[in-house]
Amino acid sequence: MIVELGFGAAAVALLAFALVCTIRLAVGPTAADRAVALDTINTLVVATMVVVGAAFRLVVLMDVALVYALLSYVGTLYIARYLEGGSW
Amino acid sequence: MNALIYALLAVGTVFNGLGALALIRFPDVYTRIHGATKCTTFGSIFSLLGVAVYGIWQGGGMGGTMAVRAFLALIFLLLTNPTGSHALARAAHRSGIKPFRAVVDRLEEKK
Amino acid sequence: MRRVAQWTATAVLAFAVYLVLATFTGPWGLWAPDELLAGLVIALVVALATGMFVWARGDWRVLQPKRWLLFLVYILGPFPLAMAKANLDVAWRVITGKIRPGIVKFNPNLKTDLGRTFLANSITLTPGTLTVDVDEGTGDFYVHWINVTNESPTPEDVCGPFPSWARRVAE
Repeated sequence: MIVELGFGAAAVALLAFALVCTIRLAVGPTAADRAVALDTINTLVVATMVVVGAAFRLVVLMDVALVYALLSYVGTLYIARYLEGGSW
Repeated sequence: MNALIYALLAVGTVFNGLGALALIRFPDVYTRIHGATKCTTFGSIFSLLGVAVYGIWQGGGMGGTMAVRAFLALIFLLLTNPTGSHALARAAHRSGIKPFRAVVDRLEEKK
Repeated sequence: MRRVAQWTATAVLAFAVYLVLATFTGPWGLWAPDELLAGLVIALVVALATGMFVWARGDWRVLQPKRWLLFLVYILGPFPLAMAKANLDVAWRVITGKIRPGIVKFNPNLKTDLGRTFLANSITLTPGTLTVDVDEGTGDFYVHWINVTNESPTPEDVCGPFPSWARRVAE
């Protein structure tokens, strides 16, 4: 019972850090800064999903986290390709 | 066992926080990638290890599924995060962003 | 013949991943029969669709069990140590703001794609360094170093024992 509370607290903290990253997403002077902030937020969201899944005992959330991890990676690669410009 | 889970979660949360802080505090893209990638990968590994230990401790079908999923998410993060940051760093350099106060830039000399 | 070997290897790998994903669906932590059937069909489809691309650049070395053992030793021994050191280092620099950045070049003499990927990922997660670019022709690594002590370093200056580990595990 108490351990679930610990997971909940960790999840709230991770979400707060994701909000801090949103500052860089909003003000970052270049597009690359914004992409880095987005990548960091993705990692934090994956961790949050798994921790929330443990807190509420929902295994479904962990499946979503796995798919999200892979899809966000592909998204990051595409954004990087777009920023590079030039030949594909 | 509770203490172990708490310790893992605490370490993970602290390092994730450092990653977010590094993203705000460092002066240019490359150093931000340093902080963000290393710290969030390390912190997430600890958070997910906490979940895996909890799953093993719970036992049974659900606990086991939880542990396996947490381990898989850990492996995916460990494989994909450095690759993604490498792609972003290369894209940043090719789109013409100079490293802040660089002592030396061999990649620029190559071109 | 070569095609069939490629398809089989890919199908076995895909099926293994599916088995890991679908544990605890049957009794005693094993797999339910319908999960096994679905996994088999999906693994075959994936293998037929992607088999010829996966091994196109000759990375058969991944399949040698000796390398799996070495990789396990690496991932449990020197790697977590270096990673912990890297994070304490970055934490120190976040708090104090002391940096002396620069992009340096070195050549670790790795020939294969697998070895280069391995070393690049290791470099990114270990103290103070971040791979920016790899020259595919000559094998030069361009690394962003957060605390430059030597403007033309040897591989050992930048990343310690990792090039020799990459050679042992992946080449």
